[in-house]
Amino acid sequence: MSAVAEKTLTSRILNGIESRLPSLYGDGHLRREAVTYFSEKGIPTKKWEDYKYINPEGLFRIGEFMSDAPVIREVTALDVERMTIIPGSMKLVIVNGVFIPALSKLDRLPKGVTVKSIDDAVLSDETAKAHFGRQAQVTSDPFIAWNTALNTGGVFVHIAANTQCEVPIHILHIAGNEAASTWHPRNLIVADRDSKAEVIESFETIGPVKTLTNVVTEVVAGMNAHLDHYRMQVEGDAGHQVNTTCVLTHKGSNYTTHTYSLSGGWVRNNLNIAFAEQHTETYLYGLYVLDKARVADNHTVVDHSLPNCISNELYKGVMSGKSTAVFNGKIFVRRDAQKTNAYQTNRNILLSDDATINTKPQLEIYADDVKCSHGTSTGRLDEDALFYLRARGIGDTAARKLLVRAFVEEVVDKVPNEAVKAYVDDRLNDLFA
Amino acid sequence: MISIRNLHASVDGKEILRGLNLEVKAGEVHAIMGPNGSGKSTLASVLAGREDYEVTEGEVSFDGKDLLSMPAEDRAREGLFLAFQYPVEIPGVSNINFLKTAINEIREYKGQGNIDPKQFLALVKEKQKLVELDGKLANRSVNEGFSGGEKKRNEIFQMAMLEPKLAILDETDSGLDIDALRIVANGVNKLRTPERAFILVTHYQRLLDYIVPDFVHVLYNGRIVKSGPKELALELEEKGYDWIKSEANIEA
Repeated sequence: MSAVAEKTLTSRILNGIESRLPSLYGDGHLRREAVTYFSEKGIPTKKWEDYKYINPEGLFRIGEFMSDAPVIREVTALDVERMTIIPGSMKLVIVNGVFIPALSKLDRLPKGVTVKSIDDAVLSDETAKAHFGRQAQVTSDPFIAWNTALNTGGVFVHIAANTQCEVPIHILHIAGNEAASTWHPRNLIVADRDSKAEVIESFETIGPVKTLTNVVTEVVAGMNAHLDHYRMQVEGDAGHQVNTTCVLTHKGSNYTTHTYSLSGGWVRNNLNIAFAEQHTETYLYGLYVLDKARVADNHTVVDHSLPNCISNELYKGVMSGKSTAVFNGKIFVRRDAQKTNAYQTNRNILLSDDATINTKPQLEIYADDVKCSHGTSTGRLDEDALFYLRARGIGDTAARKLLVRAFVEEVVDKVPNEAVKAYVDDRLNDLFA
Repeated sequence: MISIRNLHASVDGKEILRGLNLEVKAGEVHAIMGPNGSGKSTLASVLAGREDYEVTEGEVSFDGKDLLSMPAEDRAREGLFLAFQYPVEIPGVSNINFLKTAINEIREYKGQGNIDPKQFLALVKEKQKLVELDGKLANRSVNEGFSGGEKKRNEIFQMAMLEPKLAILDETDSGLDIDALRIVANGVNKLRTPERAFILVTHYQRLLDYIVPDFVHVLYNGRIVKSGPKELALELEEKGYDWIKSEANIEA
């Protein structure tokens, strides 16, 4: 795409932003800052190192995501019910970038857990005010800037100190419209000192019309907080997504993230982990299982800026059809970050000749007393194992399914919640049916 | 049971089997012996349906059906079982899940419903005893981290679970110490019935002390060059294969 066309695209988006800014909630100053950065950088192109494998401009060229005047397609309680992952969980429903309390299920909200619409929270809630926009810096990425400029809603979830939240918190994102649209939901999750919670985000679409969900979620894990954070990306073929999750962890905290990209069109994940204090534990598990022409583009950054922290990352992928996956895992171990334990593994299986994986582990170590490793592999299903299974009467399709399921088990096994595990199992079963 | 006529097979363009004939009837145990490289394992692999081998000539009829036209899984479903010389490790697939899937796939082929889970577990328990397989092994991933002996016992355990019409044991004795050999042989002997046939592929006579065959065949250069009663195995043990080779070469 030529520089001229690029400019046109960015300026088209900017024009849209200008006309909408006055009607949006919250900090006009922050939105203005985001617009400035976005107007300087524009939509990333192939020339950007972090976007070189998958070119976002290809996706936006058509301009059909830019339609203003959203016509919100009706989402019913039945739709929401159908999208249940854990029976009995809380449900926070976000439709086309706006939190809809009427569709949500908050009757089992435990004491110590606050749920608010983000636009309300940034005006009225001191905790939200203190953290909003701090982890997801507008000047770090155009998609964060775009979201910060235009977000119309989302949820703020606050788990107060010492709260053991037994009921899982399901944030359900639904996108779907009569016309192609872009949405910018914005979430903030704060787990205070000594709290424990499970947050499941899932991303669904309704209908065949193209959508782009440019979601930004900021997470703060307080001292000794224990947070399991799932992201289930199960959008339809026309559901595209840029998912930015920025996490800040404090002393003694244990933050685990499970990212499952199981369908959708183009799914881009930017997952950034930062440490506020020493002695944190972070686990990043990811699985992408792709067919058709789907794209899953995972970028993670774990920034060991402080000593004595542990991070362990395991991502696995299975690609068939003409699908494409990208894994770029960055680990920085800064000069002062002695006694760091940082591990990263990425393993892939290609099931077809037309499937692609670009994997790029990136470990940069500036400290000398650390334990770090990274490894990556890409292969095919083991032909000997396949024959062994067939020689016992197991048909070719069933045998392949068994081997793929075995390959992904290492990741799925890390899911502590049985209902989520069952959900993943069902999904995987459908994928290879 | 199985009738092999003029079987020719090659791998990577190199002919290994060159006109092999063999007839095995229900209830019989046939031992196939021969020097290294004579084509013993190739025969086992070709019968099981491994696609690396190309059959260039000949036919194999299994219970009246054309074996060579079936994919590997259908051969197994029709009742052919190969005990692998080198059982494959499959991390992440539990032995139990593997066997249940196999049994149900075979049952589906025969138009039967899935096996009752209780009945399945009872079967597992019963058949494990046959080869003195530790219950824990059944719950582990298929062959993963198993010792050589455990792997071979697992093969016989699978055979007991799947109850084939014809079992081909490919060098099942290799790598086994005498105790493990006894256990494996014992398991096989208990599975001998008037309806079931066995083909034992082996390099050494040792296995045949424990599993006594009805016939012994010597494979050389891709063909069976000599057949006889069980005593032939002893003769081979004593005299080696050289006299067979020279005899065969003269005939050729």
